[in-house]
Amino acid sequence: MTLLQTIGFRGQAEQREKAPFRLSPRMVSWLQVGPLAVVLIALFALPTVLFLVVSFFDYDRVGIYPAFMLDNYQDLLTTPSTLRVYISSLKFGLIVWSITLFLGFNIAYFLVFHVRRPMVRTVLFLLCAIPFWTSGIIRTIAWIPFLGRNGAFNQALMALHLTDKPLEFLLFSDFSVIITYVHLFTLLMIGPIANSWAKIDPALLEAARDSGASRWQTMYLVVIPLAKTGIALGSILVFTQVMGDYFVVRQMSGGQSASIVSMLSTEIQAMQYPPASANAMVLVLFVAIMVACMMRVVDVRKELVK
Amino acid sequence: MASRYDVELVQVTKRYGTAVAVDGISLRVPAASYCCLLGPSGCGKTSTLRMIAGHEAISDGDILIQDLNVSNLPSVRRGTSMMFQSYALFPHISCLDNVAFSLRVRGVPKKERNAKAQEYLDLVHMSDFAKRLPSQLSGGQQQRVALARSLITRPKVLLLDEPLSALDPFLRVRMREELKRLQRELGISFIHVTHSQEEAMALADLMVVMEDGHIRQAATPRAIFEEPASAFIARFIGGHNVLPWDSGMIAVRADRCSLGSTGDNPRLAGHVTAVEYQGPVVRVAVATDAGLEAVAVVSDRDFYRSPVGPGDVATVSWLQAEAHQLAH
Repeated sequence: MTLLQTIGFRGQAEQREKAPFRLSPRMVSWLQVGPLAVVLIALFALPTVLFLVVSFFDYDRVGIYPAFMLDNYQDLLTTPSTLRVYISSLKFGLIVWSITLFLGFNIAYFLVFHVRRPMVRTVLFLLCAIPFWTSGIIRTIAWIPFLGRNGAFNQALMALHLTDKPLEFLLFSDFSVIITYVHLFTLLMIGPIANSWAKIDPALLEAARDSGASRWQTMYLVVIPLAKTGIALGSILVFTQVMGDYFVVRQMSGGQSASIVSMLSTEIQAMQYPPASANAMVLVLFVAIMVACMMRVVDVRKELVK
Repeated sequence: MASRYDVELVQVTKRYGTAVAVDGISLRVPAASYCCLLGPSGCGKTSTLRMIAGHEAISDGDILIQDLNVSNLPSVRRGTSMMFQSYALFPHISCLDNVAFSLRVRGVPKKERNAKAQEYLDLVHMSDFAKRLPSQLSGGQQQRVALARSLITRPKVLLLDEPLSALDPFLRVRMREELKRLQRELGISFIHVTHSQEEAMALADLMVVMEDGHIRQAATPRAIFEEPASAFIARFIGGHNVLPWDSGMIAVRADRCSLGSTGDNPRLAGHVTAVEYQGPVVRVAVATDAGLEAVAVVSDRDFYRSPVGPGDVATVSWLQAEAHQLAH
């Protein structure tokens, strides 16, 4: 008895001596946030600040010189081509956004509400996702032999005697740019929308029907409001992707359209870093404003915390 | 003239592929009655309820609601309203909007439907929570809102799918009283699915015991408790000793059994396996060497006059007249 007590007592005492190394909750929080914060600061915040600084610099054909002048912005905002490129990108953005929204909404609805067997659903989701394991560049280029003048699609049309001569608008046109964007980005819309519906209790749809709601009423009073977060997230993803694109427009428009980033890249190739920086800052600001507008419609952060 | 039956099931069958969930059941629920469908999970009680609601197609047979055959009508035209086990409140709109939902889809103007919804929130004592979202309410409060949402459609029959199973025991008893009060005051029929015999006995005017897609017995709780039709029912509703006897299977109410033997009453002798003190009564389980088991529920006064403990030799006996002969 006394022996046990002694051992027990000593055990406790030893534990107490070893215990003191403990991080404060504050410290733990910092450690958790730390790694991502370092990455974001080093790879995002600092470069952005650098661009901001350089965008005010002076330059000539030989080098760049520290200065504080607004000429780069003035040149950019007064060149007619800037407005043209922004309108063109915005046009692509809106068209692609509406097509991917329509497709994504319907595909997600089908996957979540119509497919009943989990196995089938998983297989269908994989079918959507697997193409994304190859690079976007390859998936973009893959359209060229399909849509080209002597491509698979034109040959098939002619073989079926639907047309006499190859359709010219298929490739190197707005059409081919849009079809490639839609192909690349529809999944970005399907994912968030399907995700916000997956959390819905199926009894909600029955409850709506029980209350006398028609299909359409159920759709716009229950189903769509519950997909709001997903639609907002998907829209932001698709829109920012299109606005920041460089490769698709260059490859698929055949030089007929320019994107904001291709304008930027031309400047970089000419080593005109200050105007390129100014251009980048304006693009960031523009996209940030567009995203802020979308966030005003749906408070994504609040919805995600739920 | 008002119909005699609120709900009639005629040979109703539900098949899922080759599996039969509900096998040709027939039932009449008299006007303005509280009917409980009782049975173990998988007995077909929820399928039956969902068929009455119109959320599940009937494979065979007919369902009549107040003499109208509704078998092929959509939910909304049946005059039923369903309260879901998960409550199924719309998470993105306030309680008031949830209750007003069915009026909204009928195109009732906002002011009018909100006033009506407020009235029904009053009925379930939830008027102070009108502006809240469902996620800001407790389970019991959500249930009240769900109840108001169902009642606002003025159904002929309210269908409740395990409405009390998610509540804690204390709340369950209070809500039970409230359901019964509402049913009486509204004068409509409630059909309530449950797996708890205690709940069914407390509430039902008509208690329907189901097993394997069949109705095994439908009567008042008292009639079923006094005269269970089969060993399954006697075991399922509890409180009975089901024993093989000379004449076949018998059921003897545990509270009519006593410890010790007098005269030549039927008895079962063995050893005590468990003693549970339950306040007013003590529950004593006795097992024979042959493996038969019987329970005597005796008053605390009787028990403590000559207490027994686990392992003691004991005899459970009952009056011949208390033994109820079972059909099978």
